[in-house]
Amino acid sequence: MSLFQHYPLQHYLLVSAMLFAAGLYTVLTRRNAVSILMGVELILNAANVNFVAFARHGGIGIRGDVFVVFTIVLAAAEAAVALAIILGIYRNFGTTDVDRTDALNG
Amino acid sequence: MHHTASWLWAVPLLPLAGFAVNLFLGRRLGPVAAGAVGCASVLGAFAFALLAFLRLRGFSADFGSEPSAGPPALVAGLGDWIAVGNVRARLGLLADPLSAVMSLVVTGVGFLIHLYSTAYMAGDARFSRYFAFLNLFTALMLILVLGDNLLLLFLGWEGVGLCSYLLIGFWFEETKNAVAGMKAFLVNRVGDFGFTLGLLLLFVTIGTTTGAWTLDFSTLQETFAEQKDVLGRGDPRMLLSVAGILLFIGACGKSAQIPLYVWLPDAMAGPTPVSALIHAATMVTAGIYLVARMNFVYQLAPVAGEVVATVGALTALFAATIALVQNDIKKVLAYSTVSQLGYMFLGVGVGATACAGFSAGLFHVVTHAFFKACLFLGAGSVIHALHHALPPDADPQDLRNMGDLRRRMPITFWTFGVATLAIAGFPPLAGFFSKDEILWRTFETGHPGLWLLGIVTAGLTAFYMFRLLLLAFFGSYRGGGPSRIRRATQAAPTGADARDHRPAPRSATPQAEGGRTPSDAPPAHAELPRESPATMTLPLVILAALASVAGFLGLPSVLGANRFEHWLEPVFAPLRLEPDFETGLFSSHALEWILMGISVAAAAAGAGVAILFYVLKPELPDRLAAAFSGIHRVLRNKYYVDEFYQSAIVRPLLAVERACAGFDGSVIDGLVNGAARFWRWVSDYTGWMDSTCVDGAVNGTANAVAAAGRRARQLQSGRVRAYLALSLAGALLLILGFHLWAARETWLAWVRALKPI
Repeated sequence: MSLFQHYPLQHYLLVSAMLFAAGLYTVLTRRNAVSILMGVELILNAANVNFVAFARHGGIGIRGDVFVVFTIVLAAAEAAVALAIILGIYRNFGTTDVDRTDALNG
Repeated sequence: MHHTASWLWAVPLLPLAGFAVNLFLGRRLGPVAAGAVGCASVLGAFAFALLAFLRLRGFSADFGSEPSAGPPALVAGLGDWIAVGNVRARLGLLADPLSAVMSLVVTGVGFLIHLYSTAYMAGDARFSRYFAFLNLFTALMLILVLGDNLLLLFLGWEGVGLCSYLLIGFWFEETKNAVAGMKAFLVNRVGDFGFTLGLLLLFVTIGTTTGAWTLDFSTLQETFAEQKDVLGRGDPRMLLSVAGILLFIGACGKSAQIPLYVWLPDAMAGPTPVSALIHAATMVTAGIYLVARMNFVYQLAPVAGEVVATVGALTALFAATIALVQNDIKKVLAYSTVSQLGYMFLGVGVGATACAGFSAGLFHVVTHAFFKACLFLGAGSVIHALHHALPPDADPQDLRNMGDLRRRMPITFWTFGVATLAIAGFPPLAGFFSKDEILWRTFETGHPGLWLLGIVTAGLTAFYMFRLLLLAFFGSYRGGGPSRIRRATQAAPTGADARDHRPAPRSATPQAEGGRTPSDAPPAHAELPRESPATMTLPLVILAALASVAGFLGLPSVLGANRFEHWLEPVFAPLRLEPDFETGLFSSHALEWILMGISVAAAAAGAGVAILFYVLKPELPDRLAAAFSGIHRVLRNKYYVDEFYQSAIVRPLLAVERACAGFDGSVIDGLVNGAARFWRWVSDYTGWMDSTCVDGAVNGTANAVAAAGRRARQLQSGRVRAYLALSLAGALLLILGFHLWAARETWLAWVRALKPI
């Protein structure tokens, strides 16, 4: 008897898809690098929701949960590295607006 | 004896709803509505907490008849929260007598402080955000005290830590405030590490020895009661001691005990009502709640209880000595809070020997919430008044800028005075009964040394609190002579209504230390300080009243029935394996009277010395400070603990980091650069080959590619978002392609069908 077992798999996937879409939208529309990073976190968490949903409903057992733990740890590391990169960008360009950091154009 | 009561969820969810409303709609609502939402949601939570308390009172009437059924409790569950392997944590609330008391304090005192904040924070640029954070704090604190398992408690525990961080650094424009917030957060992480380890160790120990894999409080309590012979001997007992000490390390972080107290004095950088609510009345008592909640662990592992009591008593004395010489009104109160929290830990620590200690510690939590919230709010009222009266360069928190406020701010003075008498331990105010109960239980359980520390602390407490009271409210006003005032009024446009006491709208840049955001120009009504508005004084009056009468809930046994202890009795059921401690030696009514007399005498002596120093012979403190300049300097600098941490922990860490950077720079970069040199040498050779043999063949191709490249480079804009959009388009194309390929039979059939036409 669980609060979360009442819902079918599709609901979780729907939530996950919404999270993913919100994350993608953030990544595509935001110009601030920190906001983009937040969008990436949303996308990662969308994947996490999928993992736990399939762990509960999809018969892959605890492996799904374990993957989520890995993802969370990786996301933390990723955030640390990305923030360091953003700091570096800020030092070099004086801005974190990704549209103005286009020194790599062809 | 559990009764289901789903409405219990309303207690934490109402403030949470208030948080959501203020966060998302706060700016649109405007300050009046935002404040109203903040206050109303907490008032609603208080109503439901009161309902829970009354229902429990009804049940506990039957408790006497069947004590084996466990404490009466209201439960509300939402099913499993985490269910992986052996770990099973419910999303459930549990209101037993202990939780009910805590939630009443949190919502009751919390509501008064919300109300006070509507006036104190008026005109702040981030008014609605302040109330959103305050509501979020209340919700998470309620989850902390009402959660029915350790994991849910931990969720609230971390949540209130987050809110504390957000509110300490509320005026983050000033680096000092932001740094104080970070310090609080980081120091708490150290404690939380202990908490996590303790939680895991407890879970594994109980699971492997009794087969009960649970973090649920009621199941834990039942398991401990049934299996105490297994858990209280040999290895499990040792593991439980370690787990108890680890959990206490967590409590040390949250409740500011040695060695993790350093964040609390700095936390005064936040707005003063926040200091009252989070850093005096509620959040910092979470550690005491944790130890009390885990009382069965400490009862079976008395060593851990001794550690708790000893650290508590030492912290009480240590912090009290620092408070003696501080000049910042909030710093004095902050160290006083650390000291009083030490008392509470002394109480719950000796509770491991005699359960009455747990309720004594909790009783002090309740009375302290009343009088310390009153003191902080009173200090806030003083700061609020001085902020408008003092010239902008003067510090409104410095005791040296106060004096004679008794006549300027009578309500603040009287309430502050009552709370001072309460904390100093003068009968019959609340602090006397709760502090004395702790000291009595300490002595009774055979800790005369700790008792002595407590008595000395009681004297010091009376001294520094009276010093504060006398410096702030008596003597002559030192907040600048007429010349300073005239200067301030001349600088501002004249003609403003001096009676209009609303603070001038503040810019977003705070200047005053740790506190108010002053307007750019000196306030137009810079004059003598005047009494704060009714929304600020009303909470003061209510809290002062509570601080004077709450003591009668827990009368010492020689004077009557300790109703508070009786109320909590079912939660703190005795579990010890050994027979009770020797009662004959230490426990007698005559002795209790004597000890009570000693503690009153200590308080009176402390107060007397303060009056001698600051009224009768005001030159004495300076002469003493000069005579004992070494001690004075050490105390003024708070025993140099911050400096010690800086040099013992922060600097070495930085040195390690620099060493890593050096390693990176010399070894790693050296490898990389070496590899690069090697490949440059290789490429010199291939380059020669290239330019002589290959180029000719290539140039023709290159021209063709260059033409294509000129087109393609427009794709390479250097703009991250363009790349992302392109890769999204690519991904969509791929998906489309896969679908077309998968459905190739269908559309090929279509095409074939089209052919004849």
